[in-house]
Amino acid sequence: MLSRNDELIPHLFRTEFRKIVSVLANVFGLQHIEVAEDITSDTFLLAAETWGKKGIPENPTAWLCTVAKNKTKDYLKRNQIFQQKVTTALQRTTEQLTEMEIDLTPENIMDSQLQMMFALCHPSIPVESQIGLSLRILCGFGIDEIADAFLSNKETINKRLFRAKEKLREENVSMDFPTEVELEKRLYAVVTTLYLLFNEGYYSASQNTSLRKDLCLEALRLTYLLTAHKTTNQPFVNALIALMCFHSSRFEARINAEGELILYEEQDRSLWNKELIEKGEEYLNRSATGERITKFHLEAAIAYWHTQTENHHEKWSNILQLYNQLLQLEYSPAAALNRTYALAKANGYANAINEALKLKLENNHLYFSLLGELYKEVNPTKAAEYFSIAIKKAKTEKDKLLLQRKMNECK
Amino acid sequence: MKEFMMIFRMAPMPNFQPAPEQMQESIKQWQDWIGGIAAQGKFGSTNQLGFTGKTLKADGAVTDGPYAEVKEIVGGYIIVKANDIDDALALAKGCPILYMGGHVEVRDIMQINP
Repeated sequence: MLSRNDELIPHLFRTEFRKIVSVLANVFGLQHIEVAEDITSDTFLLAAETWGKKGIPENPTAWLCTVAKNKTKDYLKRNQIFQQKVTTALQRTTEQLTEMEIDLTPENIMDSQLQMMFALCHPSIPVESQIGLSLRILCGFGIDEIADAFLSNKETINKRLFRAKEKLREENVSMDFPTEVELEKRLYAVVTTLYLLFNEGYYSASQNTSLRKDLCLEALRLTYLLTAHKTTNQPFVNALIALMCFHSSRFEARINAEGELILYEEQDRSLWNKELIEKGEEYLNRSATGERITKFHLEAAIAYWHTQTENHHEKWSNILQLYNQLLQLEYSPAAALNRTYALAKANGYANAINEALKLKLENNHLYFSLLGELYKEVNPTKAAEYFSIAIKKAKTEKDKLLLQRKMNECK
Repeated sequence: MKEFMMIFRMAPMPNFQPAPEQMQESIKQWQDWIGGIAAQGKFGSTNQLGFTGKTLKADGAVTDGPYAEVKEIVGGYIIVKANDIDDALALAKGCPILYMGGHVEVRDIMQINP
């Protein structure tokens, strides 16, 4: 029984934490988000204890909701000062508040979660804090897990989250759904945070492979939530889901048992997850409506072509065109480097070397790694020189090892 | 970095009807060239101009099309970021208009502060 609990509770924590905390924060107001967090955490603590002894209830979600509801009422009775604050803010009498039914209908749970996403991704707080808060509140991650994901320590993360909540209070950010005028902009901010949350898991230097997978999965789940609501089910939201599905399809193939990265070209393609690729295609099709092509559309289309194994030339030619468009929309060094690699594959190495030398990204070890890659066939000695510069510039041991291997291949 | 405009000019070819594949190939060439500028972080904006146009004269007369009295027409433009005119001129190398019998005019953009 205990072993089942061990598996079930973290799983429920991930999916149920955000529901309860969002509904409660909606009742108390975002100003008192910590109270909502505390009550939710207490509820899960009690669940762990009780279920360990008595077994798991038939409907764990309903159990958690009932307990959270009771704990809230107890809290309000016990805590006079808080009660006064909230009653004043909500313009309700103490009696009304203690008698109040907390709305745990699926509709309100869904709405509250979306409102919470908009509140936590408010542009007044830095993006890394948005990601941290989202992991804590929307994904139920522990502080130590967040610290691990960011390669940081508990203290730093605690401080960061504390400051972010302070800022939300100072800025008077509320749980209200954005107005129609603001919606597109605010939604774009939410989607950008979810995109970064996914990347944090996908490209993180953290050795903890299962944690990284969890991060990606949670980002996917949250993005998926946005499609449940008519106003937030925008084409670019669907494009992001497609992107996440395509990337995730290579999860098993891109990391070996030792947690080391396996390069795209060297992956065992039979390990690519076909189901996720198909899901990605479905969402990519859904994203192909409306007037606006966003970077999520372009990146999803690039990721789609990466899932294709046939027709080498068509594939790279399409990837090149998509990178051309992406860079016109938004420059980034990573896109510039990837575009040049695609250029080599589509139009030949000589052309790509010429273009690569114009990029001038001398602070980036990946720039020298790209030059090494491009020179590998035409001039192995030169390639080895570039790889050796890349090794000196690389920041992690893992990157250095990978580059060392590449350099050795040039001899 | 300052902004410069490159203006693509060539002789009008009103009867030229490219095949769809030729069009596709041409778009790719343009996009590869523009993509190369964008990969250096030097892209501003761009537009291709169509083939309908009217010209307004000072006396109020209007003539059809951009072709009437000119030897060459403007096919489009791109705005790029560059340190100086020579830097901008270097970016113009490889512009597909050069392989179509046309030429690129590189101009600095004046900042007007009202």
